[in-house]
Amino acid sequence: MSEITLRINGKQRRVTVEGRTLLVDLIRDQMNLTGTHVGCDTSQCGACVVKLDGDTVKSCTVLTATLPEGTEITTIEGVSTGDLHPMQEAFSKCHGLQCGFCTPGLVVTAIDIVERSPDGLSASQVRKALKGNLCRCTGYQNIVASVLEGARAMGVQVTEEKETV
Amino acid sequence: MYAFELERPTTLADAIKALGGEEAQPLSGGQTLIPTLKQRLAMPSTLVSLTGIDELKGIKNEGGTLTIGGATCHADVAKDGSYPALSDLAGHIGDPHVRNRGTIGGSLANNDPSACYPAAALASGATIVTNNREIAADNYFTGLFETALDEGEIITAVKFPIPEKAAYVKFEQPASRFALVGVFVTKGANGVRVAVTGASEGGVFRWTEAEEALSSNFAPSALEGLSVPADGMIGDLHGTPEYRAHLVGVITKRAVMKAG
Ligand SMILES: Cc1cc2nc3c(=O)[nH]c(=O)nc-3n(C[C@H](O)[C@H](O)[C@H](O)COP(=O)(O)OP(=O)(O)OC[C@H]3O[C@@H](n4cnc5c(N)ncnc54)[C@H](O)[C@@H]3O)c2cc1C
Ligand code: FES
Ligand code: FES
Repeated sequence: MSEITLRINGKQRRVTVEGRTLLVDLIRDQMNLTGTHVGCDTSQCGACVVKLDGDTVKSCTVLTATLPEGTEITTIEGVSTGDLHPMQEAFSKCHGLQCGFCTPGLVVTAIDIVERSPDGLSASQVRKALKGNLCRCTGYQNIVASVLEGARAMGVQVTEEKETV
Repeated sequence: MYAFELERPTTLADAIKALGGEEAQPLSGGQTLIPTLKQRLAMPSTLVSLTGIDELKGIKNEGGTLTIGGATCHADVAKDGSYPALSDLAGHIGDPHVRNRGTIGGSLANNDPSACYPAAALASGATIVTNNREIAADNYFTGLFETALDEGEIITAVKFPIPEKAAYVKFEQPASRFALVGVFVTKGANGVRVAVTGASEGGVFRWTEAEEALSSNFAPSALEGLSVPADGMIGDLHGTPEYRAHLVGVITKRAVMKAG
């Protein structure tokens, strides 16, 4: 057992974890933040994506105790306070989800994609950046449309609506 | 997951000490090892985390040699850009989430037959630096998931001489993004070197016939009529040995074209 202080969705938390405690288990079972999902548990699907100090990771493949003291963690619950984040609105408006299982990881990833593209974003860039997020329902068309819609709402210019590949 | 001890050293010396224990194994980005532990294909009793050791991280470009710390993640190499073909390779490993955690040391220690970095190391004539020696890439890759590393030996850095021309082309296995066939070519002080990953049952290899042909004429046309035998190529549901052997020729041409 070891103790570590983390900032989870802006709140400082002192947690006690075993060496084997996966980050996703800390988030879901100890913090009761069940928006982060476990799809594959083998680092393939991205349903468990959260942000660690600003970088997206698959939380099913991170041991909590290896994180540096004070690491900032953002889960889907932390992307907005109160109302939906513009990216969540966009997923709702563009039918970017069906069963919704992949959605938390996708929304966290989508916000990250937009934040990393202040100079504009294209449909093919979105598809490339979504390589680590699998969806078994939508066929991705509406997910790409949602991310582009969310980008516009976040003030980023969409440079190409249709893919070139 | 089964219970294990987790050590979190902050210096290389402490990591080496911790690895001296019974059944201890290094843990870097965990992108390969954690799924392996979940399946219990490996069951070390102690894991020694390397990601808290600052001296194993970072990238330096000095006198035409790029030195990358063993625990440097793929995303950092992708961003660096001082060896463009290497940054291009790193930026196409897996997906953004994997690149934020997975490290060069972990990739080279694992030596997956379809991994990308082994091709870069072999084609660049890189040097694998460990806590007690330097190993030339030519002597480092010893077979499928096999390397020259001893038990408890840690990759502390990898030194890449930056060549005049280089390119990596990967024919992706679309589900995993690993290489169905990947070819890294370089032209520089070491002459022409061609390293192929994803294809052979023996892991990454140098295609010496192609190297000879390209030495006198560094152009795709120099490879006309050359092929590798299907014998010893990987055959699985993604492709037959014959298909992979064919791809080696095609992808090598594309890599030479990309290197310019
Ligand atoms: C979805 C997915 C897609 C991927 N796609 C690709 C791809 O396209 N191309 C590609 O090349 N790879 C790919 N990978 C593999 C990825 O690059 C891994 O990050 C890498 O192979 C292992 O690095 P790691 O830091 O995660 O190592 P770990 O998983 O921590 O360790 C792997 C092995 O190396 C040992 N080890 C780790 N660090 C050291 C060290 N410094 N010295 C000695 N031994 C060490 C460990 O003990 C273990 O045996 C993919 C992985 C996933 C999950
Ligand atoms: S649950 Fe983590 S990647 Fe699928
Ligand atoms: S909406 Fe069902 S998996 Fe994506």
